[in-house]
Amino acid sequence: MNETATRELESMAEAIADGTRLAVPSDSHGVAMAATRALVRRGVRDLHLLCVPTSGIQADVLIGAGGVAAIETSAVALGEHGAAPQFSAAVRAARVRILDATCPAIYAGLQAAQKGLPFMPLRGLIGSDLLTHRPDWKLIDNPFARGDPIVVLPAIRPDVALFHAPWADRDGNVFIGRSRELLTMAQAARASFVTVEEIRADDLLADPERAAGAIPAIYVTRIAVAKRGAWPLGLSGCYGADAAALARYAQAARTPAGFRAWLDSWLAAEIAPA
Amino acid sequence: MTASPTELLVATAARLLDGCRSIVVGNASPIPGSAALLARELSGGAMRVTILGSRQYNDFTNGGVETFDRAAQGRVEAFFLGGGQIDGEANINLVGAGEYPRAEVRWPGSYGSAYLYYLVPKVILFRDEHTRRVMVPKVDFVSAPGTSAPGIYRPGGPWKMLTSRGLFGFDKRRKRFVLESVHPGHTVDDIVANTGFDFDRPASVPASAAPEPRVLELIRGKIRDQIAETYPKFAAGAAV
Repeated sequence: MNETATRELESMAEAIADGTRLAVPSDSHGVAMAATRALVRRGVRDLHLLCVPTSGIQADVLIGAGGVAAIETSAVALGEHGAAPQFSAAVRAARVRILDATCPAIYAGLQAAQKGLPFMPLRGLIGSDLLTHRPDWKLIDNPFARGDPIVVLPAIRPDVALFHAPWADRDGNVFIGRSRELLTMAQAARASFVTVEEIRADDLLADPERAAGAIPAIYVTRIAVAKRGAWPLGLSGCYGADAAALARYAQAARTPAGFRAWLDSWLAAEIAPA
Repeated sequence: MTASPTELLVATAARLLDGCRSIVVGNASPIPGSAALLARELSGGAMRVTILGSRQYNDFTNGGVETFDRAAQGRVEAFFLGGGQIDGEANINLVGAGEYPRAEVRWPGSYGSAYLYYLVPKVILFRDEHTRRVMVPKVDFVSAPGTSAPGIYRPGGPWKMLTSRGLFGFDKRRKRFVLESVHPGHTVDDIVANTGFDFDRPASVPASAAPEPRVLELIRGKIRDQIAETYPKFAAGAAV
């Protein structure tokens, strides 16, 4: 990675203050791992991590590195590589506050924010212990029909949405293809920080076929180039996940010493292997 | 050809999906994913299958929320859910064993269960491990309840439960599982011994049907190739 790109990433990580409510996507939708490394390098603390709607190695590493105070998620797991050991250990030891959710509840909260609404109703949930443990979720009567209790969820307005995408154009429009949850995140959040594989001298909005798969620049606060910026996760349409590297992480992270050794070597590495 | 235990599960689950027009398969579900692809193949392509995490078997254009919107509209007929614990009233726990939140064992989390379990008409509980550790008298945490009180909006719910030992139906009125068939190599007694709750069963419980040779061939060939895109580690294993 050249120096400019490294500085851009460092500056992006500096702009994510301790205590930020940070929204991140699930494993197959562009996880900004290079930016996460910059965040851990700068010693981020007290994040309120919002997983949209789940997370994997990204949440596990941030928690293991001591950067997370609270995590709101529908699940954290390492996909085919099993449980997320640092997440599980931290929840057991109460080193992080867990706000257990269900996938559509996280989307619904973001959609409320997207529309500038205070809350959103959602089916399901009644009789679940998730509802019992979420005092911020309320049960109301459907105002339009008798005898129809329904749950309402407050809008979720993240401070920053952080994700990785294939490319941005010269005007800062970002191509996301069919990963539309990234658009929801970007519109709901106060700011969006995006890393991309490349910036092209092009205009995404000029072509309606591509414009439909783009986030307009108005929702994008910062862009930094990070080659293979999702590694060891994959990026749809660009490269697959590095199964061997993920398996190594899953193995190492089972013990504190193993995790620490993995973290040291990850932080020391300059670039993702090609 | 004799089916392996995994192949039997794939074939049995695919049989349950027969006749469905639209299926979505969730995360961390290689056996249900294989079953859905097999059912699609056997339907001559009439069944629409979306596998979360797959690029190829995915007809969503509105992001992750589309799974849930589609389910709410009644456009998803069947869905597989699992559980670290499942109890006799079909309550499922995907969060952890022990007292919440500082559970002795913490699992990934509830995923979409606290929504889809209410809305999808045919939810198939799938859990490979069938032991008293999993099949408990009462779950420690209700990610999603098996049944709901009258007046709660609930067009969906548990329909079947498939485990490494057998196939169950679920009687929503009586809130009880009913053993429908026992897989080869297992017995009713051995299911009773490994289940932490009471369930109903007919005087004579049939054996789960072995996959036909044509089906087994598909599982070992075409379906293995198709599932490899989403679950390479699973497809590379000897199991499927």
